Amino acid sequence: MVKRVAIVFLACVAICGWAIRPALAEYKVGAIFSVTGGASFLGDPEKKTAEMVVEKINQAGGINGQKINLIVYDDESDATKCNLLAKKLITQDKVVAVIGPSVSGLSLAVVPVFEKERTPLISCAASFKIVHNDKTGKPYPWIFKTPQSDSLAVEAIYTQMQKMGIRKIAIMSVTEAFGASGREELLRLAPAYKIDIVADEKYGPKDTDMMAQLTKIKGLAPQAIINWSVGPSQVTVVRNWRDLGMEKITFFQSHGFGSRKNIELAAGAAEGVFCPLGACNIAELLPADHPQKQVTMTYMNDYMAKYNEPLSSFGGHAWDAISLLADALKAVGPDKAKIREYLETKKNFVGQHGVFNFSADDHNGLTKEAFQMVVVKGKDWALAN
Amino acid sequence: MESLPFFNQLLQFIVTGLTIGAIYAMVAIGFNIIYNVTEIINLAQGEFVMLGGLVMVTVHVMWGVPLPLAFGLTVLGVTLVGVLLDRLAIRPIRKPSVMTLIIATVAASIIIKGVAMLIWGKSPYDLPAFSGRTPIDLGGVIIQPQYLWVVGFLVVVAIGLTWFFNRTIYGKAMSACADNPDAARLVGINVRHMVLLSFALSAAIGAVAGLTLTPIALMDYDRGAMLAIKGFGAAILGGLGSFPGAILGGLVLGLIEALSAGLLSSGYKDAYALIILLAVLFIRPSGILGNLEVTRFKRF
Repeated sequence: MVKRVAIVFLACVAICGWAIRPALAEYKVGAIFSVTGGASFLGDPEKKTAEMVVEKINQAGGINGQKINLIVYDDESDATKCNLLAKKLITQDKVVAVIGPSVSGLSLAVVPVFEKERTPLISCAASFKIVHNDKTGKPYPWIFKTPQSDSLAVEAIYTQMQKMGIRKIAIMSVTEAFGASGREELLRLAPAYKIDIVADEKYGPKDTDMMAQLTKIKGLAPQAIINWSVGPSQVTVVRNWRDLGMEKITFFQSHGFGSRKNIELAAGAAEGVFCPLGACNIAELLPADHPQKQVTMTYMNDYMAKYNEPLSSFGGHAWDAISLLADALKAVGPDKAKIREYLETKKNFVGQHGVFNFSADDHNGLTKEAFQMVVVKGKDWALAN
Repeated sequence: MESLPFFNQLLQFIVTGLTIGAIYAMVAIGFNIIYNVTEIINLAQGEFVMLGGLVMVTVHVMWGVPLPLAFGLTVLGVTLVGVLLDRLAIRPIRKPSVMTLIIATVAASIIIKGVAMLIWGKSPYDLPAFSGRTPIDLGGVIIQPQYLWVVGFLVVVAIGLTWFFNRTIYGKAMSACADNPDAARLVGINVRHMVLLSFALSAAIGAVAGLTLTPIALMDYDRGAMLAIKGFGAAILGGLGSFPGAILGGLVLGLIEALSAGLLSSGYKDAYALIILLAVLFIRPSGILGNLEVTRFKRF
């Protein structure tokens, strides 16, 4: 009797198991962002954006009838935690692909994990090295990224300088991954644009004052300064530049300056500062026939309605990453190898930060045209020229 | 664009260095007050500075309280945090060794930082400068009016503390605790009150440092640790426990940073500061103005 009950019970469990299984088949997608810690200004809007996009897709019935289950982890801007979370997403949560991390340093740290586990990663960080293997000279097969590489931002700035007849410049950078990587590109590309770098200054991410570096630059009298940093230090630099009465030396910021909050914090000091930005920062300024006009306007309105805060350029990177992934899932389903192949051949994907054209040699898919050169005018962005 | 004469550049570096140095000096003084009375290094000192800046932003900018009143409220508020730190984290420890107390302050600093992140979020905040942002041009050397406030407050704090420790009964009682807590207890000084007072006082000075720094460099929840490290370096450089030493140490540290950033390589300015710090400690292990005889009696 006991035996029979046990058999029936086991059979029930087995049948129930079968019955439940299909209901669990949803598309599991992982995300790692620096929601807290030093890079939280990147991770916070990225998390909000990714959740918003997924919510919208699920409300519309999901992809091919399947909901997306987005698992978001916070790496606290810490490389060790980021690495552990990447492994957890792949082995425990069994996601089909991952978006993030937010920061170049952390993205570089997890590249080997995704290469080894053969899982697609769409990074939301700037450095060119994330999608460029120095040994082979080609991209890592499983790694993609949506933000414009810093080399493209450098090219956009140098092109603008050529237009303005600027030849002699000084550069300033913060001593962390973003600044160091930008600095390398600035130095590497300068000869090609016939630009002479007379000063190469650095400062720490938590420094309270950059007067000393700027005073030195003032003594060398270049025509322009390019500053490469993120966070509060880039606001302090602009203020110090204004305080020292250096308005005659044109100030260029990197694309890291892409938030109106920075203009506000600079308290008037940012007037006349140039900066290359992705389309989503300046959606309302774009001409109506611009290819990205529609997607950027929709994103801006959705985001501001949902979170009641101004859009930052960084959320746009997450929008591009999750939307690309959703597009791939729709086309090929939850198969890691097929997703990778699909992404690699994806053309004409209209995103927040440009029109993406991926290839086996280019896992970023953007050109320097993905940047619009803007200048701060009347406490807001305006298109340059 | 005319280039800047070298002499003017040098003066500009010195002005900048002295301003940053004044902030470090105020943090170092905060370290010393608590160290003198309790022999512990309060690693939450940087959080007082951060709170000073952020509370001031809330009171002055968000609530619109006029500057002098907001100043008072902020200092009072942060002082209260200092008092709570003593009552909740330091005093309840049953068998206090110096090391457990220091670890308690580390825990407190993490908690304060976390709570600040929940209250103010992660973005930096700005404070209007106390007397405008029009720079003063002194023959090619640019001085922000806020710089004068920073240095001015350091002077006020220094004079105030000298008066407090030499002229008031509480100050003298605190000095007595610093010299010998057991003997102080024997003559009827309530050492616990003095410890409480030391936390309150150093929190207040931290708050002043924070709210004068914010108009120059913005403030966010994450700033405390770095300022604490620099201030601690200044305290060590000048001699742990010595107030003139803290001021000297802070100013010297600021000057080294600004001069090495301007004249040598800006990428290594923190390294230069550390090299000088180590060099001083090799020659004078007690710091510039510290007293080796006194440090020998300390437990830390």
